[in-house]
Amino acid sequence: MAAVLNTTAAVPLRVHAGLGEFVLRNPTIVLGVALLAIIGIAAVAAPLLTGDPMAISPSDRLLSPDAEHWFGTDSFGRDVFARTIQGARISLAVGLSVAVLSIIIGLVIGLVAGYYRRVDGIIMRFMDAMMAIPSILLAIALVALTKGGIGIVIIAISLPEIPRVVRLVRSVVLSTRELAFVEAAVASGSRDFKIIRRHILPSAVAPVIVQATFIIAAAMLSEAALSFLGIGVPPEIPTWGNMISAHKLYLARAPWTIFFPGAFLTVVVLAVNLLGDGLRDRLDPRLARRM
Amino acid sequence: MNAPVLEVSKLQKNFAVHRGLLRRELAQVKAVAGVSFSIARGETLCIVGESGCGKSTVAKLVMRLAEPTGGTIRLNGTDITHLHERELRRHRRHVQMIFQDPYASLNPKLRAADIVGEPIENFEDLSATERQKRIATILQNVGLRSDAMRRYPFEFSGGQRQRLAIARALAVNPSLIVADEPVSALDVSVQAQVLNLMVDLQQEFKLAYLFISHDLGVVEHIGHRIAVMYLGRVVETASKKAIFSEPLHPYTKALIDAAPVPDPRQKRERLLIEGDVPSPLNPPLGCHFHTRCPFATQRCQAEVPQLREVSPGHHVACHLREDGYRGVLSSAT
Repeated sequence: MAAVLNTTAAVPLRVHAGLGEFVLRNPTIVLGVALLAIIGIAAVAAPLLTGDPMAISPSDRLLSPDAEHWFGTDSFGRDVFARTIQGARISLAVGLSVAVLSIIIGLVIGLVAGYYRRVDGIIMRFMDAMMAIPSILLAIALVALTKGGIGIVIIAISLPEIPRVVRLVRSVVLSTRELAFVEAAVASGSRDFKIIRRHILPSAVAPVIVQATFIIAAAMLSEAALSFLGIGVPPEIPTWGNMISAHKLYLARAPWTIFFPGAFLTVVVLAVNLLGDGLRDRLDPRLARRM
Repeated sequence: MNAPVLEVSKLQKNFAVHRGLLRRELAQVKAVAGVSFSIARGETLCIVGESGCGKSTVAKLVMRLAEPTGGTIRLNGTDITHLHERELRRHRRHVQMIFQDPYASLNPKLRAADIVGEPIENFEDLSATERQKRIATILQNVGLRSDAMRRYPFEFSGGQRQRLAIARALAVNPSLIVADEPVSALDVSVQAQVLNLMVDLQQEFKLAYLFISHDLGVVEHIGHRIAVMYLGRVVETASKKAIFSEPLHPYTKALIDAAPVPDPRQKRERLLIEGDVPSPLNPPLGCHFHTRCPFATQRCQAEVPQLREVSPGHHVACHLREDGYRGVLSSAT
């Protein structure tokens, strides 16, 4: 029998010296996570931080920001600060739900389309058709057909995202399935499901995570746009889109009613995009090696 | 000799060449055009030939990683040529494969234990601890320490990776291992270690090998019988001894003469051939080799030579044999 070889020399891929170095190497990830963490914590703790966002006080209408009402009040005398913070809950929830929903569905369809060449043509033509439908029109149609509500808004925003995820996942599967270790898995008698789960799916995880961040950003903007058009979340529920929509007439007299939700929306979308960019650079081995 | 482990008869594989928007079929490339051979238990059959002669395609067809166009493949007496993947899977445990590039054939995201354990999971219902024990034994068999189990492929050298690939192939006690150029990606010093390991394992487990190679030095080391392929056809097959001492086909002779010899001062009579392998898209009529053969006759240009047994176990497909040109090769300079 052959001599037993020494298999030492385990070289760790890359070890960070500490948190400081990680911050220096990945400023966009750190900034994005920090901003999201602050707004996320504020959203979760909203009931403790703010008063009732629905409380109407006709005598305090359109007050400018002061010590009592940090962000001023709106045309019904409601506290803009309370509504903005509460609005973060809806925005983040919609963003995350759309990302989770469209990624799960898109991942399954993409894996099937990429792995089983026979159904690929049919699935992808169907996805092309879905991509051809204008997403706002689709949302309007869905809300018109149903009673509306957050669930319908989430579905309406998710549907147009699915084909994009499918295309991404399929392209990863197509390049991965040609690798020798996939052939080796077939030769060693593994079933399709196991090959996909163990050998193909892991390659799709990194690009899908990056895509998820961009979906979250786009979904929050779409929700705001739908709410602004009056076909999103019911108008009494505080969301950033609803707030901007309801007070577009007061832009000149009480700009704070629009400025604060708009600024929060901008900052959150920016933070998510920063995180996505950072993750993409970090998770893509071709880019990571150069850094 | 007992029943063959693998029996391949008139195996064919055509690849369609498509072009254009509508993927119109332009032509068929006959990558493998009627190849027959058999391998007995404990035997090594080497297939040699230049790149593009179809030898790797034969390996893939035997593994059913590619669909044969024609012919039959019998594994331990069962015809597996057209079995569906579901039924085929039961037979896969009897034939395992070692790939050329040990950097590409091991999933970089899996630990050694998972790589070697994959075929075991597929075919045997073992508890986790029993499986770990099996994996440790197999790793030891291929000369890796059992603490290699928790390591990832990138932590191994090329030779160690190929040992890992051999361990995976051995894991479910196959009767046949198809090895597609298993050492050509390795350093020469490591090649010998891996080849010796394969020979040791063959003796210990009575393994049959289908060994694909372009390197005659490697083939001389490991082969029992040798089949020489040229443009999708087998032109000569014989025992290793007969091939090296008495090559009958001009192409075999040229291959052997082209192999480097350690002593550069050694005077040799060499049969050298010129030109490149003709395009398999449009192979020459008659004997595929006639465009490069110094002895080609008019018959060679017109008629395909059949593989005939000229002495026990020695088959050759060459008109020169039949036409009584026995002396041609030995007197050739």
